[in-house]
Amino acid sequence: MADEIKTFKVTIDNITIDVPAGTTVLNAARQIGGDVAPPAMCYYSKLQGSGGKCRTCLVEVAAGSTADPRPMPKLVASCRTTVMDGMVVKNITSEKVKDARAGVVEFLLLNHPLDCPICDQAGECHLQDLGYEHGKEGTRYEFPRRTFEKEDIGPYIQLHMTRCILCYRCTYVADQLTDKRVHGILDRGEHAEISTYISKAVDNEFSGNMIDVCPVGALTDKTFRFKNRVWFTKPVDAHRTCDTPGCCGNTTLWLRGEEVFRVTARKDEWGEVKSYEGKPGWICNTCRFDKKKTSDWTIEGVTKVNRHSVISQGKYEGLVMPKETVQEVMGGRAPKLLMNIHDESEVNDPKIQLSEINGPAHAENFKN
Amino acid sequence: MAKKLLLDKAHVPGIRSYEVYRKEGGYRSVEKAFRLTPAEIVEEVKLSGLRGRGGAGFPTGMKWSFLAKPEGVPRYLVCNADESEPGTFKDRYLMEFIPHLLIEGMIVASFALGSNVSYIYIRGEYAWIADILENAIDEAKQNGWVGKNILGTGFNFELYVQRGAGAYICGEETALIESLEGKRGNPRIKPPFPAVKGLWDCPTVVNNVETLAAVVPIINEGGEAYAKIGVGKSTGTKLISACGNINKPGIYEIDMTISVEDFIFSDEYCGGIPNGKRLKACIPGGSSVPILPANLLLTTAKGEKRMMNYESLSDGGFATGSMMGSGGFIVLDEDQCIVRNTMTLARFYHHESCGQCSPCREGTGWMERILKKIESGKGEMKDIDLLWDIQRKIEGNTICPLGDAAAWPVAAAIRHFRDEFEWHVQHPDKCLTENFGLRHYADPIHVAVTA
Repeated sequence: MADEIKTFKVTIDNITIDVPAGTTVLNAARQIGGDVAPPAMCYYSKLQGSGGKCRTCLVEVAAGSTADPRPMPKLVASCRTTVMDGMVVKNITSEKVKDARAGVVEFLLLNHPLDCPICDQAGECHLQDLGYEHGKEGTRYEFPRRTFEKEDIGPYIQLHMTRCILCYRCTYVADQLTDKRVHGILDRGEHAEISTYISKAVDNEFSGNMIDVCPVGALTDKTFRFKNRVWFTKPVDAHRTCDTPGCCGNTTLWLRGEEVFRVTARKDEWGEVKSYEGKPGWICNTCRFDKKKTSDWTIEGVTKVNRHSVISQGKYEGLVMPKETVQEVMGGRAPKLLMNIHDESEVNDPKIQLSEINGPAHAENFKN
Repeated sequence: MAKKLLLDKAHVPGIRSYEVYRKEGGYRSVEKAFRLTPAEIVEEVKLSGLRGRGGAGFPTGMKWSFLAKPEGVPRYLVCNADESEPGTFKDRYLMEFIPHLLIEGMIVASFALGSNVSYIYIRGEYAWIADILENAIDEAKQNGWVGKNILGTGFNFELYVQRGAGAYICGEETALIESLEGKRGNPRIKPPFPAVKGLWDCPTVVNNVETLAAVVPIINEGGEAYAKIGVGKSTGTKLISACGNINKPGIYEIDMTISVEDFIFSDEYCGGIPNGKRLKACIPGGSSVPILPANLLLTTAKGEKRMMNYESLSDGGFATGSMMGSGGFIVLDEDQCIVRNTMTLARFYHHESCGQCSPCREGTGWMERILKKIESGKGEMKDIDLLWDIQRKIEGNTICPLGDAAAWPVAAAIRHFRDEFEWHVQHPDKCLTENFGLRHYADPIHVAVTA
């Protein structure tokens, strides 16, 4: 068959999988899933040219291919290395990788403020997850952290550069989704910052996707800032017919009660936007910022939240209520009240407000 | 007196101008090259054993033969004149005094590689040299060496000078290409290599100034004759830019058969150390290569005399050796403080990191701050181990070699001069006013006798 796609056999952490030629090691590992998939802070499969920068996805190539089984001398960025037939990759089974990754996590957290308690990204922050899974409990950095002034880049997006890890994803969004990029990286090295030319407003129908691709809380939605913690909101899948060309209209609404707190694109288990008919499901700013009523949307159902988010903790999906067993063991009879403790003892009288007692409660406090 | 191939005419008055250069035998190699086929020129360069003079020392002929040659796609030759490595200034000398030598080499190389448009990417700080080069290119053009149908061979060739904006990182070949394309000078992720996808996604060769200049004597004298100069895989001549605590700093052309000791102390070269001071340490190949204490610099760990060539300088690996690098030979006498020196280098790499990948962006600044802390007498013992750990986590984990270049000097300083760092920690007040001095760094090394 002429159009048969060539597949390569690749072994990652002792698990062998067949993938089409041209697949990156990272994507092959994601097909296996679980812990085998290296973390990725800058790579974004829907953004061309992204990846290779954060170095969290470094893996060891123990054998290059069947034809040339020599190991690669350095650790390689799995997001930008394509598989070869017979390649043997070590991720979590390699001490070298674990050591290097711990180093990278430390570097990324070096200047990152630990302001998670007031950061809107908390709960869905990739750096939080990364630090939790691969980081150390403390930092060895003892110098003042790098800070930037907060910058206002338009009516919808707040740039908080201090939190940025320079993954470059937002610049790729601007390059590939919008006609004209008005923001980019200024300066270099440690002082490099994302900015616009002379604080110009980023004004484009698809600029809001920058918020979705930002792995940390550097770019946040102004319409949602400080309104709620993400884990208190309930994500539901919804859609509407959107007239903006290029907008898929498929979103996640983050509700509390009937109130729509924010609208985002739908994300897959790797934190990237989902694809529809082979195209990334980016959404326009109208859907994202202006349609904040449930009546604007057709709600499909509860969103299945990705594997490592606190949002999914104890909520909705797979939630099982404990069974009430008292009636069962008593053969269907209701329990019988033997006595009311408050008839016998004045301690813990429900009429006395504990909060009004000065200091710890004593029996004295309950004596009438 | 070693044979000079590049600088033998450097002192002829007016050599910068076309007339004098031509009278002294310039552009002969172009005439000769046009009688050969491009493949034959590449073969000649391969035969010469010429190694890239920019720092990595990769065989030039091999690099040229890797160039992809798809039909209908232009190929480019780019000359890397972004010489920014602290301690290295050889390319500046070549371009400033004999600009036609580079142009001549580039015509031959471009003909061999099939590049009809070539570029010289020069660092912004060399502003006046860019003017010199442009003048020289104009002269070459007027005399029919550059332009359409050169010497009636049908070979069209244009040469442009592009000024950088002053960034060390743009000396990395892929960052240079990005900058040349008008973008931010961030290194690209390899593969694809420039030989396949370089400038404007076309096959590209990036060579150092000195490498391209060396093509001229190779063609004139033949690859085989060139290979006879030097020893082993270090063929031909190498420009060394000597600086630091020496009597005669400057550019020297050596044929790589001279010992390091002779190079520093002979009157023909550096002429010894001024003020009767003793040699403490040396960075033999530009700021990124490991620093060596006097004893390991002059003799290898095996007890052999260390020579000024690629193999001998790297003898013993990073544990007891260093690298030829770009030939930036920095000599430090007994009054120099290694901690301060390392801090200065760390500050440079911190300043020059492009900020694209995290280990280098965050790690270089961290290293500088710790070194500053130790230097100012506020250091703790754990800081030395921490430095070691940071450099270890940067090295090899970055996109481009700048991370390695930042890590190596710190690693080597701690490896060989740990007691000087510890002295700084233990004497927080004294280290501000006094120097650690030479101590045992020039003592003969004990060589284990093998049975």
